[in-house]
Amino acid sequence: MDREQLCMLKELMALEFTVLEFHLYLDTHPTDQRALMEYNSFVQQLAVLKRQYQDRYGPLTWQEPSAYPWQWIDQPWPWEICYE
Amino acid sequence: MWIYEKKLQYPAKVGRANVQMAKYLITQYGGPDGELAASMRYLTQRYHMPTPQAKGILTDIGTEELAHLEIIATLVYKLMDRASLEEIKAAGLGAYYADHDRALYFVNGEGVPWTAAYIQSKGDPVADLHEDMAAEEKARATYEWLIDLSDDPDLNDTLKFLREREIVHFQRFGEALQIVQEYLDTKKYF
Repeated sequence: MDREQLCMLKELMALEFTVLEFHLYLDTHPTDQRALMEYNSFVQQLAVLKRQYQDRYGPLTWQEPSAYPWQWIDQPWPWEICYE
Repeated sequence: MWIYEKKLQYPAKVGRANVQMAKYLITQYGGPDGELAASMRYLTQRYHMPTPQAKGILTDIGTEELAHLEIIATLVYKLMDRASLEEIKAAGLGAYYADHDRALYFVNGEGVPWTAAYIQSKGDPVADLHEDMAAEEKARATYEWLIDLSDDPDLNDTLKFLREREIVHFQRFGEALQIVQEYLDTKKYF
């Protein structure tokens, strides 16, 4: 995986993690309007970044379109990536 | 249902192959306070939670634990993958090698296989949420002992992330417990 892709992947990881943190918080604070607004804003940013990443590097999950040949099985898999 | 994302939750970093550390770390894969136990515990307890908040938090933390299971697997895989047989024997993993080569298997650091006896599902939401909070603290302590055992700054960065998650989960379970207790108290009067 080249530097550029790894950099974008790490950015995606960080943004998705932010969404998850808000998600867990909202499970036990469902009426916190400010947190909900921030959550919705991060969800939008994540959707944009995820679209860009997948258009460039292939599907991250199922129900995504694929170029030929079937891209889902493209390597590396997450445990094969050198993150250092 | 569940959907797989072809990415890790957090970069699983390993500075160098280290079989000894793999032997210690595998307890977070298949040990009593590990990620498999955590995930299975929460995902099976959620069916008898009385409030939507508790159903939600058990579903979501149970799912996040699967992402942690994948991070641990990646770390052990990287620590073990290129190890020589000499290193494996020196680390006391000869018996593990006989059964599994370098493959991942659900055991603790001493080779004891995972068992559902590590977890409980009591049907009593107060008892179960207390168990969940204790489980998070035990996992946090395990990560601290693992960080003590490791001198690899890359590995420690990943372990510190996982330790931090236990603290957040403890907090969320505590809030869910409070909501459940308030709910049960109101039920007594009506």
